[in-house]
Amino acid sequence: MSARTIARDERIGKIGPILLIMRRPELGAFMGAIVVFLMFAGFDNTGSKQASGNGVFATLSGAARWTDVASTVGIVSVSVALLMIAGEFDLSSGVMVGTSALFAGLLITEWNIGVWPAILLTMVMAAGIGFINGWLVVKTGLPSFIVTLAMFFSLRGINLGATKMLTGTVRVAGVDKGSGYESAHKVLAAEFWAPYGFKVAVLWWIALTVLATWVLTRTQFGNWIYAVGGDKNAARNTGVPVKRTKILLFIYTSMSAALVGMISLMRLKGVQAGQGIGEEFTFIIAAVVGGCLLTGGFGSAIGASIGSAIIGMAFIGIAYAGWNTDWQWLFLGVILFIAVMVNTAISKRAHGAGKK
Amino acid sequence: MAPALELRNVSKSFGSVIALSDISITVDPGSVTCILGDNGAGKSTLIKILSGVHKPSEGQFLVAGEEVTFNSPRESLARGIASVFQDLATVPLMSIWRNFFLGNEPTTGFFPFRVIKTKWAKDTVRSEMAAMGIDIRDPEQTVGTLSGGERQAVAIARAVYFGANVLILDEPTSALGVKQSGVVLKYVKQARDRGVAVVFITHNPHHAHMVGDRFYLLNRGKLTANYVRDNVTREELVKAMAGGAELDALAHELENLG
Repeated sequence: MSARTIARDERIGKIGPILLIMRRPELGAFMGAIVVFLMFAGFDNTGSKQASGNGVFATLSGAARWTDVASTVGIVSVSVALLMIAGEFDLSSGVMVGTSALFAGLLITEWNIGVWPAILLTMVMAAGIGFINGWLVVKTGLPSFIVTLAMFFSLRGINLGATKMLTGTVRVAGVDKGSGYESAHKVLAAEFWAPYGFKVAVLWWIALTVLATWVLTRTQFGNWIYAVGGDKNAARNTGVPVKRTKILLFIYTSMSAALVGMISLMRLKGVQAGQGIGEEFTFIIAAVVGGCLLTGGFGSAIGASIGSAIIGMAFIGIAYAGWNTDWQWLFLGVILFIAVMVNTAISKRAHGAGKK
Repeated sequence: MAPALELRNVSKSFGSVIALSDISITVDPGSVTCILGDNGAGKSTLIKILSGVHKPSEGQFLVAGEEVTFNSPRESLARGIASVFQDLATVPLMSIWRNFFLGNEPTTGFFPFRVIKTKWAKDTVRSEMAAMGIDIRDPEQTVGTLSGGERQAVAIARAVYFGANVLILDEPTSALGVKQSGVVLKYVKQARDRGVAVVFITHNPHHAHMVGDRFYLLNRGKLTANYVRDNVTREELVKAMAGGAELDALAHELENLG
């Protein structure tokens, strides 16, 4: 077929390079990250305590601090983003961090199970809880918001109840006495790149972001994730296994929360029964700031990571500016609102291109 | 050569309601068979029988000369019968190429490193759409930004590409403007020229006459007329469709009211 036999619709406008970039879901987040970085570099008040008189925020030492916060948010928010693209929420992802750390901690301290076998069992347990979430959502047809909210409160109750019953206190301590702690600490909680002291969790975060991006953009499963969240009926009509896709994503979300639980357990050598509660919203905010639409079908893994970086910069930046860290919640609220406004505007413009 | 599809004395009733009675139609490969009827004529029931959603209560259903009983749309799809319904089964927020291959993604490599052949998929979509006379400059464009006619084209091209030898189109032009309808009618002809048996269901006799090779008129669950292209004019088709004598009676009635 030659080009001249093809009729061109003269009414369709050309799509400029700017509009093409705007179609990328993470673009708004990327620009936001630059603004937030410059803002906190400007407010940085740590210079007064330094010999050089320069602030720490915009240095590698500062980066080691905020990437630490960003990595533990990012590992889970990437999975939450994939789940959101598939049109579902997981409100139990925050409390799951605590549940998994308590589960592993109790196995190690109460039953003297080695650290590595305990981590393995915890991952299996997390996969089971993710499966229950997913299975209940696809079987009952209830909104995942409700199903996982129920899971959230159930786990919160179990966390406190079981910990008190078994230890008599609300914390589990002494994990470092378990066998294999040294090697597990090295893999999950060590530092690298002296003298800045980046946390190894940052590498986990980057690796999982790359992996999730690859799955989302290059594999068949990634195509299904977008389809399931974009139009469930169309997906089913073309032969996409909608239920299996959703259940797998719930399992991944739960397991990524458990990974963060293991990281924090190795770092702190113990865990409080209330750990992780409230974090689920931080994960969701990171995904939304990263360009995920609340209605599903649109978003990216890298965007969720940039969203996590913004949150990391804000938490550390607020402390470095010498402000009370309570302000961080105000910041989260404001950026969430701005992000939703910007996402809606951008997706309307970019996807309306060519249809004036 | 056996017809691609054939219904012999098919009837369908739902409880005491007779939706179709004693329908016999033939659909030949490389031709467009139009099924015309007003609302409630039984068009939807007929499509659903052809696409495997319903089973006929009586009569025979033959595919390529062989009697069949379909239990689900999946089974009819496996025999190369593809239906393009009005909701089209496309995801608006996804790109054209991702939609085109949705559920049938071309992959390369072995698990867990299996990836979609992205470049090949994009090139294929571009050339398949070009073969139907539509120029998509950017396979990354989302389907939601396409016009209704172009979305129909994507759905039709997808069905043809994945080996449909019978294409059932359910009112493909009813929601479209004049020019967009023209675009879709062109794709119908193009599909026919590639040897596909097209079943074109419509209530618009003008559109039907432009592309049809054979016409069946349905009225209140019965076949009332049956024409082939060369022995029917557009006016006859319009008149037959409008119910001929009934229309005259209506005109008379309205005159008396005025």
